[in-house]
Amino acid sequence: MAYFIFFLLSIVTIAAVVFFLISKNPANNALLLILAFTCTGGLFGIMGASFIAVVQIIIYAGAIMILFVFVIMMINVREGIPAEKRKWTAYLSVAVALVFLAELFLTIRGTLQPAGTAAVEQVSDPTSLGRLLFTSYLYPFEITSVLIIAALVGALVLVKKKEES
Amino acid sequence: MIPSSYFIVLSIVLFFLGALGFLIKRDLITQFMSVEIMLNAANIAFIAFARSAGSLDGQIIVFFVITVAGAEAAIGLAIILLIFKQKKTIKTEDINLLKG
Amino acid sequence: MTEFFWLIPLFPLVSTAILALFGKHLPKKYVSFQACLAVFLSFVFGVISFIGLQNAEHGHAALSKTLFSWIHSGNFKADLTFQFDPLTAVMVLVVSLVGFLIHVYSIGYMSHDPGYKRFFTYMNLFTFSMLVLVMADNLILMFVGWEGVGLCSYLLIGFWFEKHSAAAAGKKAFIVNRIGDAGFLLGIMFILIHVGGTEFGTINQAVSGGILTPAVVTLIALLLFVGAAGKSAQIPLYVWLPDAMEGPTPVSALIHAATMVTAGVYMVARMNMLYTLSGTAGNVVAVVGALTAIFAATMALTQNDIKRVLAYSTISQLGYMFIGCGVGAYAAGIFHLYTHAFFKSLLFLAAGSVMHALSGELNMQKMGGLRKYLPRTYYPFLIGAIAISGIPFLSGFFSKDAILTQAFAQGNYFVWALGITGAVLTAFYMFRLIFLTFHGKERLEPEVKKHLHESPPVMTIPLAILAFFSIFAGYVGLPVVFGKNLDFFGKFLEPVIHAGHGHHLSIGTEWLLILISVGVAVLGVFIAYIFYLKKTEIPHNLVRRFPFVYKLLYNKYYIDEAYNAVIVNPLVRGSEAVYKHFDLKVIDGAINGSAATAGWMGKVLSTFQTGFLKDYALIFLLGAIILIGVVLF
Repeated sequence: MAYFIFFLLSIVTIAAVVFFLISKNPANNALLLILAFTCTGGLFGIMGASFIAVVQIIIYAGAIMILFVFVIMMINVREGIPAEKRKWTAYLSVAVALVFLAELFLTIRGTLQPAGTAAVEQVSDPTSLGRLLFTSYLYPFEITSVLIIAALVGALVLVKKKEES
Repeated sequence: MIPSSYFIVLSIVLFFLGALGFLIKRDLITQFMSVEIMLNAANIAFIAFARSAGSLDGQIIVFFVITVAGAEAAIGLAIILLIFKQKKTIKTEDINLLKG
Repeated sequence: MTEFFWLIPLFPLVSTAILALFGKHLPKKYVSFQACLAVFLSFVFGVISFIGLQNAEHGHAALSKTLFSWIHSGNFKADLTFQFDPLTAVMVLVVSLVGFLIHVYSIGYMSHDPGYKRFFTYMNLFTFSMLVLVMADNLILMFVGWEGVGLCSYLLIGFWFEKHSAAAAGKKAFIVNRIGDAGFLLGIMFILIHVGGTEFGTINQAVSGGILTPAVVTLIALLLFVGAAGKSAQIPLYVWLPDAMEGPTPVSALIHAATMVTAGVYMVARMNMLYTLSGTAGNVVAVVGALTAIFAATMALTQNDIKRVLAYSTISQLGYMFIGCGVGAYAAGIFHLYTHAFFKSLLFLAAGSVMHALSGELNMQKMGGLRKYLPRTYYPFLIGAIAISGIPFLSGFFSKDAILTQAFAQGNYFVWALGITGAVLTAFYMFRLIFLTFHGKERLEPEVKKHLHESPPVMTIPLAILAFFSIFAGYVGLPVVFGKNLDFFGKFLEPVIHAGHGHHLSIGTEWLLILISVGVAVLGVFIAYIFYLKKTEIPHNLVRRFPFVYKLLYNKYYIDEAYNAVIVNPLVRGSEAVYKHFDLKVIDGAINGSAATAGWMGKVLSTFQTGFLKDYALIFLLGAIILIGVVLF
């Protein structure tokens, strides 16, 4: 059963991303990504990271992608995209990316062997996660909050200044 | 119980697709979304490794990645909006201000 | 109280710091009050320590205090250690007392100067440096003070830096002093190599222990004397001192007459163990001193600038001090330093008072008959002139006589003869100065005469005090003929001066020597009287008869011109040639070439900077591939 869910979610994710690559409509792309990220959330759940799974679905698939959808609505990019001027770069890109993929597989080749070994089941309830977050990772956590405020203010300033001029 | 290596392979494939998307897509927003795909691929790898290592630290990092991705999305989208307002386009082949 | 003697140099330092940092916001009156107070406190502590020194047991006649370890590296160490022994005591008292009086005088003299506060800041800094110089217990710390006074001298000579000649004079003083300092530094290094330490006590032990070979001692002594000659304006490095008169007159009095220029004499006296051991070095010092004494005196004969006459006179008197040190009579040399500080600063301050009265006029040919207008300046000036001329019973007589008697006693008749000749010249030019300035016909410009006024009390009171010391300061060191054991000064210095007074003359010879020196002094005054009051046509006739000699003297033997032609100009021209051919072509060429290369490389490399996001991403990914490849294979 677990294998079935895993393969289902994986295939849906990869398919969504592949369609994302093919599609030329940004709005469709955003929706496809929401699908992919939701499935990723499911995969996190399978791995036992239930809190992260929820966060993934609520924040990533929910908040962040909705932001993208808004921006796509504000920017009208429906005009017909003209053909690529420098076609050779696209072929080169595909080739390079494939080489990259091959290299990544070579990299993890070693870790594939002990795949059968049972992974340790771990406690990943929000309580222990939260405890860790507020003890060992307290400073990174605080710094992240500063980062978010900076990003918030920064985004406001960037967009606001333009409207004045 | 599903072996972690399955997840790793999935992560690699997703990362490859994201990178490919960044390289062949031609408008800023879609390229930005490709970056988000790559981030997710990395997240999957983190959780998988955390599971096989039996520690929670990987999850914490994923949590931070998501937070930073949120901040990044806010700033990045604001910049894309500005570029659009100035250039009336978000196609990357029309923008080469950094040309040396 | 004596344990606080190390505070002596700190008062002026603190005052300098306050004035330098907050001087702009302090009222003028307070600035001068603080500056004078700081120096006065140094004087008070100096007196206290001096009394403590007197009461100390014999053999323990030195205070010492290590404030902190300054440099400590391997075997080499230099501590910030102050000491207070009899020689230091004399110097501290002279520096702080004369310094205090000149500070007070400056309140009046500088009152209208826009640089009033800057002036007092520099003066306090100078006092601090000078006190460090004389209180240092090792050569390294002494060198700090040595350079400090050199810096202050530069700053104060160029005090009116908007005047081109003042700025040039400051530079000249600084550069000429550098030459001397190079010798001094080399001497210190040799001492470090051969002795292993620069504390005076260590050097003393090494010398008396016979560690050093005679050649090394001579070399070190001569190198140190190069430094002394630079600072104390001896042949051939004296050229900066006459030009230094561009500075304000109190500066000339304090730095370029009473204290700083005597640092060389102090240093030679402090290192007396070296000069006693090396007869060659001692002879060099004595001969250079004697030559300087007479050479500078001849140059003073024809000068018309009142301050320049005094400047050459200072050089000449410093020559006498070196005669004293050179013949082994260090106590006599320091004694002359001590009396000279009083009467020479008196003369300078009185000359400054004349200048002040005459709206800055310096040319004696445009003065005359000032006695009735400036009585409170005239009498101190006269006392100073009598003292320096060696007329009996004033301070200068005793000290100069002590030096010449010792020179004679050591059998150095050549030096003695030069000294006696110099004494005639000294008496002559000093009274020429007096007669031209204060007696005879009035040759004032009408405009100047309208503003003629006596100086305020703040200037004339220091004159009176200095005049008092000029008369009586000599009585602490009476010659043997007036009775044994009256030379308190020499006795007091004995713990520091290691030279034995081996040669004693018979009483009859001493009387004869005294009579000769009194005779020549009176002769000098008499000639000046004839020349400048009775038969004023004689000098003109002499000039007409010997135009060559007059011109030679008037132009100071063309030494400045010779230095310019032989040393300065070739240096300047050589530097210019190097600048044109090496700096412009080789160095600039190399720099421009590398800049051009960088530009060309940039142009080539910038073709990679297409500005397209995807190209960057592609290159980025390629880089990642290569990196992973490196790790993998």
